[in-house]
Amino acid sequence: MAKQQRNSKGTGDAPALGFMGSMRWIWTQLTSMPTALFLLLLLAVAAVPGSIFPQRDANPESVAQYLEQHTTAGPWLDRFQMFEVYSSVWFSAIYILLFVSLIGCIIPRVKKHAKALRTPPPRTPVRLERLPQYSSHEILEGETDTPDDQQVIEDSFRILKKRGYRVERREDATGASVAAERGYTREIGNLLFHISLMGVLASAAIGGALGYTGQRVVVEGETFVNSLVAYDSFTPGTGFNADNLPPFAVTLDKFDIIFDRESKSHFGQPLDFTAHVKVRESPDAEPVKQELKVNHPLRISGGDVYLVGNGYAPVITVKDGNGNVSYSGPAVSIPQDSVYTSMFVLKVPDAEPSQLGFQGFLLPTALVDENGFGISGDPNAINPQLHLNSYFGDLGLDDGNPQNVFVLDTEKMEPLNSRDLDAGGIILEAGQTYELPDGKGSITFDDLKRFVALDINHDPGKLPIGIFSGLALIGLAVSLFTPRRRVWVKLKQENGKRSIEYALLARGEDPRLEREAAELQKIFDKAWPLASQEQNQGAVNG
Amino acid sequence: MDNAGALAPINETLGEYSQLFMLLAAMVYGVVFIIFALDLAKTNKSISEMDSEALKRDEELLVSAGGAVGTKPRSRRGAAVRADNVGEHIVTDKMEYTQLSAKRPTARIAVVLMWLAAALHGGAVVSRAIAAHRVPWGNMYEFLSTGAFLVALVFLLVLIFKDLRFMGSFISGLVTLMLCGATIGFPTPVGHLVPALQSPWIVIHVSIAVLASALFAISFAMNVLQLVQHARMNRLAAGQDDKLPFMRVVPGAGALENFAYRINTIGFVMWTFTVIAGAIWAEAAWSRYWGWDPKEVWSFVIWVVYAGYLHARATGGWTGPRSAWLSIIGFLCVVFNFTIVNIFFDGLHSYAGV
Ligand code: HEM
Repeated sequence: MAKQQRNSKGTGDAPALGFMGSMRWIWTQLTSMPTALFLLLLLAVAAVPGSIFPQRDANPESVAQYLEQHTTAGPWLDRFQMFEVYSSVWFSAIYILLFVSLIGCIIPRVKKHAKALRTPPPRTPVRLERLPQYSSHEILEGETDTPDDQQVIEDSFRILKKRGYRVERREDATGASVAAERGYTREIGNLLFHISLMGVLASAAIGGALGYTGQRVVVEGETFVNSLVAYDSFTPGTGFNADNLPPFAVTLDKFDIIFDRESKSHFGQPLDFTAHVKVRESPDAEPVKQELKVNHPLRISGGDVYLVGNGYAPVITVKDGNGNVSYSGPAVSIPQDSVYTSMFVLKVPDAEPSQLGFQGFLLPTALVDENGFGISGDPNAINPQLHLNSYFGDLGLDDGNPQNVFVLDTEKMEPLNSRDLDAGGIILEAGQTYELPDGKGSITFDDLKRFVALDINHDPGKLPIGIFSGLALIGLAVSLFTPRRRVWVKLKQENGKRSIEYALLARGEDPRLEREAAELQKIFDKAWPLASQEQNQGAVNG
Repeated sequence: MDNAGALAPINETLGEYSQLFMLLAAMVYGVVFIIFALDLAKTNKSISEMDSEALKRDEELLVSAGGAVGTKPRSRRGAAVRADNVGEHIVTDKMEYTQLSAKRPTARIAVVLMWLAAALHGGAVVSRAIAAHRVPWGNMYEFLSTGAFLVALVFLLVLIFKDLRFMGSFISGLVTLMLCGATIGFPTPVGHLVPALQSPWIVIHVSIAVLASALFAISFAMNVLQLVQHARMNRLAAGQDDKLPFMRVVPGAGALENFAYRINTIGFVMWTFTVIAGAIWAEAAWSRYWGWDPKEVWSFVIWVVYAGYLHARATGGWTGPRSAWLSIIGFLCVVFNFTIVNIFFDGLHSYAGV
């Protein structure tokens, strides 16, 4: 399909062509098959670093950590956009060039094929016997059903047409014949495939721009209302106006996990996560009870809601040194392992006279290991305990820099409780209260709830992408598995004997040409009284 | 909270038997590998003998014709061998059984034993599925053992129609390796699937992925042989000795290339489907259809490399060895995706049970 030879002088003297000439030369090069091949292979290579280095999109914390650990290589890698490979300049350049090349390739092929569809099958060769699948049969005269010439041609025409060939009758100096060709859908399939690929890319771009994605943690009993303020993190597409968020609401009534309790080898493996929720499609709609599970997102108009994580949220009350309640409510803890040993951090900036900070672990089923450390023995909350250190002082929240809620910056704080101090660490069971040393206040572990982490997104590109992918798959299969063949059937007069001869020619790879020849043979034998055959089977490929 | 009624209970005893049968199958495949290798070695020898006999006859003829024999015996021998045998592959380009190729008792034993191994293997895979009440492809052990079974089965089924015994040692070697990897590297007792894997898509997405990989493995072997055959034919054409006479039980380079191409086209369509199905599943399970997770990256790389291969075949000057290399690289990427990415790369697919 490559048509590089238009500028036959070749590559050496491109500048001499003038501006338009150079542009045309570049265009010809870009849309040539070797360039497409090169760009494809380049794309494969360029995609690899994204699997080696952490990517900001998916994993910003890992990127930060990587940069901390690799102080020399890190910044250089960052400069070359190795942490955002798939939106990098170089990766984009490759696929945009590839798709430009694709467009440049498709347009002339569509034109050419449109013409081919209107072109009759080619002229019957003078000497059919030279073709790879050839055979010749004498027509037995004198039988009751012996056809005349006209009839043979008519029959051949009909038979080949029925087998999906495009047929044409011919009458020339060497006699009457039928020319047939099939497999035009091959190129149509190929074009459908390539065009659908562009459809996929375009839908992904448009869908991403018009949609949004966000995350939110919801504790049992809480309600998430789909509005900008409700999100923990929110990324709108460039064409999305956050004022247009559809105001649906999701309330988490209860979250259940089933763990494997029977298997010895997989004891404690989660088997099922179910969030029992109430959904209101709009503020004045009736709430509807639904189940949200992994693999079964909530499909709400204007947003899909996915269950992507879960954990425990201890309900805490903190009183400060003045005896006022300065924190009250659930605090999300992050599970670290399969028994839900969970990292717990609580910052209490409202505490007076000094701010308070807590940090440690939640153990759903607390046990003590041989070193006297608390560990969790089970993912379910059978004997929940909080093991905490406490600090007082300045949480460092006032300087305006955004902080990670799950990291306590103790630089400007004094420890109050820890294993190394006389006061020791804090160990709290549900319902217990601990009085902080030096009258700094108290902390109460009121209750234990579960939370779910939700992804909420809307992407109008999903459906078109699905449709284009399906079309691409169909086009691909059609283009790879449709054989292109030509058949000619011809009447021959020799020494007063009449015979028919026919030949098949494959265009491109066609391992089944021989079988098609045998099939035609059978049909012809049935249609006309033919003498036994005299065949010539050559190479399979034409 | 108990899980009675949520998922059917696991039959752990049956699972243990299944693992035992898997080990047994691995051993039989190992034996099959050795016998196939013996067959090639024997072929090597018997072909050399046939050649030297032909040579002797030629020399006698030449002597009786009064030719000057013995002045340049080596080159003459090479010439004689070539005159008799070049292009005369024992396995034809259509890879059909012929009278000449059927005379390989050692290879026959290997095939019979391989059916036995596959029967044990199939029993192990099916009993694993029964023990777990689900499809047996939920973790690395299961991918490897089920994948190996598909490779063996596809090969044995094709063997009924086509004489691909020249690939026997490669396939049985690969299957042995995969089963050793499963039973020694990732022994995993039967268990339930984690919630993210509980989806009908696991049946479709994974089975087609494994089947496509099995096809890529077969075409990979053919492309490797194609390169070897190509180099050998060039050597012969240049008048050099045939160092690898056993390659005569392998068809010509062109036939290998075409056959591999046909397999690759089927594999590629299946891989395309795998990627699409994976995206549909990911949309439901992970909230996005595509997120450049390491597994997704490598599936994409594989797809693009094979697309490159198909383009190469359609481009003048890139057929033959060059496109064969692309197919080989494609399969190496498949292996990489299946091993290194699963084991060492952190991603959403990691929970697939390493
Ligand atoms: C997005 C990048 C592309 C991808 C993923 C891709 C993929 C494919 C695949 C899988 C095939 C196999 C179907 C077949 O062999 O019939 C194919 C065929 C083909 N592609 Fe592409 N392609 C891309 C870009 C291009 C470009 C830029 C061109 C033009 C320069 C092109 C021209 C062709 C042609 C002519 C065929 C038919 C080959 C044949 O007849 O066997 N493709 N492409």
